Amino acid sequence: MTDSLLRIEDLHVEIAGRGRTVHALDGIDLDLAPGEALGIVGESGCGKTMTALSVLGLLPGGGKVTGGRILFDGPRGTADGPTDLAAAPEPVLRDIRGNTIGMVFQDPLTSLNPTLTIGAQVAEPLLLHTRCTKAEAWEKAAETLRLVGMPRPAERMKNYPHQLSGGMRQRVAIAMALVCEPRLLIADEPTTALDVTTQHQILELIDELRERLGMAMILVTHDLGVIARRVDRVAVMYGGKIAERAAVRPLFATPRHRYTQALFAALPERATDGAQPLATIPGLPPSLVTRPAGCRFAPRCGFATDHCRTTEPELTADGATGAAGHTFACFHPADPAPGQDPTAEVRPAAPAAPPAGTGEPLLRLDGVAKTYPLHGGPFARRRGAGAEVSAVAGISLTVRRGETFGIVGESGCGKSTLGRMVVGLEAPTGGTIHFAGRDIATLTKRELRAHRRDVQLMFQDSYASMDPRMRVSAVLREPLVIQGIGDRAEQARRIAGLLDDVGLPRGAVDRYPHEFSGGQRQRLGLARALALSPSLVVADEPVSALDVSVQAQILNLMRDLQRDKGLTYLFISHDLAVVRHLADSVGVMYLGKLVETGPAERVFARPLHPYTRGLLDTVNAPDPDAEQAGTPLGGETPSAAAPPSGCRFRTRCPAARELCATTEPPVTEPETPGHRVACHFPLTSEPAGDGAAPTAGPIQ
Amino acid sequence: MTTTALDATQPEAALATPSLARRTLTVFARNKLALTGALVLLGLLAFCFLGPLIHPTDQIHTDLTQASLAPGGAHPLGTTDLGYDLLGRLMYGGQTSLEVGLAAGLLATLFGTVYGAVAGYFGGWVDAAMMRVTDAALAIPALFLLVVVAAIVTPSKPVLILIIASVAWLSPARLIRGEALALRSRDYIHAMRLMGGGGGRAVFRHIVPNAIGTVIVNATFQIADAILYVAYLSFLGLSIPPPAADWGSMLSAGITYTQVGYWWLIFPPGIAIVLVVAAFNFIGDGLRDAFDVRLTKN
Repeated sequence: MTDSLLRIEDLHVEIAGRGRTVHALDGIDLDLAPGEALGIVGESGCGKTMTALSVLGLLPGGGKVTGGRILFDGPRGTADGPTDLAAAPEPVLRDIRGNTIGMVFQDPLTSLNPTLTIGAQVAEPLLLHTRCTKAEAWEKAAETLRLVGMPRPAERMKNYPHQLSGGMRQRVAIAMALVCEPRLLIADEPTTALDVTTQHQILELIDELRERLGMAMILVTHDLGVIARRVDRVAVMYGGKIAERAAVRPLFATPRHRYTQALFAALPERATDGAQPLATIPGLPPSLVTRPAGCRFAPRCGFATDHCRTTEPELTADGATGAAGHTFACFHPADPAPGQDPTAEVRPAAPAAPPAGTGEPLLRLDGVAKTYPLHGGPFARRRGAGAEVSAVAGISLTVRRGETFGIVGESGCGKSTLGRMVVGLEAPTGGTIHFAGRDIATLTKRELRAHRRDVQLMFQDSYASMDPRMRVSAVLREPLVIQGIGDRAEQARRIAGLLDDVGLPRGAVDRYPHEFSGGQRQRLGLARALALSPSLVVADEPVSALDVSVQAQILNLMRDLQRDKGLTYLFISHDLAVVRHLADSVGVMYLGKLVETGPAERVFARPLHPYTRGLLDTVNAPDPDAEQAGTPLGGETPSAAAPPSGCRFRTRCPAARELCATTEPPVTEPETPGHRVACHFPLTSEPAGDGAAPTAGPIQ
Repeated sequence: MTTTALDATQPEAALATPSLARRTLTVFARNKLALTGALVLLGLLAFCFLGPLIHPTDQIHTDLTQASLAPGGAHPLGTTDLGYDLLGRLMYGGQTSLEVGLAAGLLATLFGTVYGAVAGYFGGWVDAAMMRVTDAALAIPALFLLVVVAAIVTPSKPVLILIIASVAWLSPARLIRGEALALRSRDYIHAMRLMGGGGGRAVFRHIVPNAIGTVIVNATFQIADAILYVAYLSFLGLSIPPPAADWGSMLSAGITYTQVGYWWLIFPPGIAIVLVVAAFNFIGDGLRDAFDVRLTKN
């Protein structure tokens, strides 16, 4: 193994905090050949970022390497032996960072300096690491920016980070990491903060650059879809240790460690039948303050025996897996029988599917619009500065009682604004919202107060939605107090019932919100939303901040509660897989417009709008063999302050023609009733234009 | 299924955790400087309010036979030019200073907090109108205002408290308004509005409690400032008339005798003012740190 570029041997990292020590990494062994791409996956807190940071000697305050070696091949062009980065002095590390090892961080906004032009920032590593003049560095920086797909790099170099979009900023960050032509690129969740389509572009870019520059890469991510087709080998981490290590195909085809297996099973993409509940991993990841004796996954593992709880499994291979180098630390590995659905064993028996929403319309939106003045403040309007942002532009849809209506779209498409208008946090600037047959704009103050009981919002960040100074009992009692429901004893009884419903211990009432984990807080958020027994719950990205295994718990819980309480959900998400799993009907939004709506299975199976098609083609399927179908979306979403004329999607549409620029497309139902699309040239099975006679009308 | 799993992994979930107030105190107690400040303040309070029980003196009648005695004998800190025992007068004057300072500081904080929270939460023209009032009031120099008002009405303790509070509420009002502006867009305020809750609940149940750190820290500084204002006013001779006393008027009276070298008339009240103001400032700093960390996980 002398030809490896990076070899991590038995790495231990501890982080000393206030009065306690976290054993962040506990014996990590990794090996990376030149030009190879390694994916590190795991849930938050499993140590994957710590592994990446320790390679660069950038551990956070209080963190230090307490054992093991990080051997990095000597500097390019010399015959030095490998350098031990764990023991190397700071000047050596400084020479390596940004030079032979480049790093891309998650948030491109905070990893760029807002006061420097992007040109200066991309040129900076060159000036630090090579003997070149400012002019040469500037030239090389422009070249690198062109390489990462920055349009007109020479002009853009004089821009500041805030003048670029998120995707462009991440391109700049990548250019900074690549400008010295490193031999190793470490990318820590490089696309997590980006939209699906941008994410795809960035991943493609990294792929292509890796090929062209022949560099090795470590891709750290929580998203199994991201690594599936981007890396050669994968290391699955759990609780500060490596649970399983394998080439990407064997890992996805036959995961052996029970944790890996459960992780795959929890993916909404893998639950092909939307009526089935997702497989979940009960409980929470370990805290790493103590070092448990046995297997770290044992407390959450359905196959754990006493042996697992007392003895720590080593990374081993067995003859069952054909591929070489497929090792796992598990005493009771999953059966790698070929052709078997790896998720089948752990999926619990499914209860009957909930009845799809066939009831009467509960919520009806007619041409709902929201525009914001671009310059706020009391004086702006008087001056008549006409600039406006059209966040939502004429949305019409109907949600039936008992169904889950999913709204999907990229960030900035107006889906959250729509949700806020439905719950009444914001008033629409156009159109009407009817709830249970009544226009909510005409409700008196008193009726509105009563109406509040019927419509509740489930927030994306439950922690932010709870007063941090209130105990859970006060948080859950507040809606009851405001609405004057019951006396104290009755309220306490209801709160206990709510906690039972969402699967939290009743003792939780005496704790503060910050003492709960993300998934538990989301349960609390759901409990509070249900306190007033609403008929409609608007869920705004309720699971997007959660790890996969916890996300599955929450999605199952929402589904169970819907069945038990007859809830209607308006489910807002950017995650197509989650919406596909949960929703009965979907609406696809683009730049404030609803471009397509219909039954979920129809829309996902046979999308009519090019945007929906593009979104589906762009999704990173967690399957290394998935062929890239069709054409993923290119370009970026235009600004809502100056939306394109005619069809708003035309600037990115592969099928756009002259008509699209001049006329707004009518809403038609070209194939099946109820599946509506707003497009001049929908993707029907017939050639565009002469399909079934379009039935014009608002989407309902 | 998941219920049992949560119970199993979190056996401590059933236990109540210490209240926020208790945790704040724990962090505060770890700050040596703040703790010293608190002890100094307690000492001064005991000195002023319990001291006269141990060292009773006549602070009403002048006794010119005992005028301007140097420290020693029956008068540990000497006597004033009118024959009052200085140690006793320091206690007696301290009562006025502390009472007026505390009351004025608290009154200003209370009013300013509510005013600022209301302006910040409701925003729009309510905010604009309310804040223009504070801007206008702030444009008038505080000392000038105090002098004018004190010259018109004869000061007594309640009058003094009102005068000082009427100047001092402006800065907490602006401070809390800023906090309220940030807090009102928090999701938990949205959540409360969605439950049907109104402005009163938002201001008193959510905004003020969540700004409480800022409020309390500011209150300690307000009290320190108010004690200084009392001293300014009395130094200018605009305080409660004799035979009442406070530290400021004692300082003012002592200044006359600097040339003669009656140092005991100046240092004791001067040191007392410095001590109490410093103590309140240390407490304020300590509280600020305590409020900062207590919502983090430990």
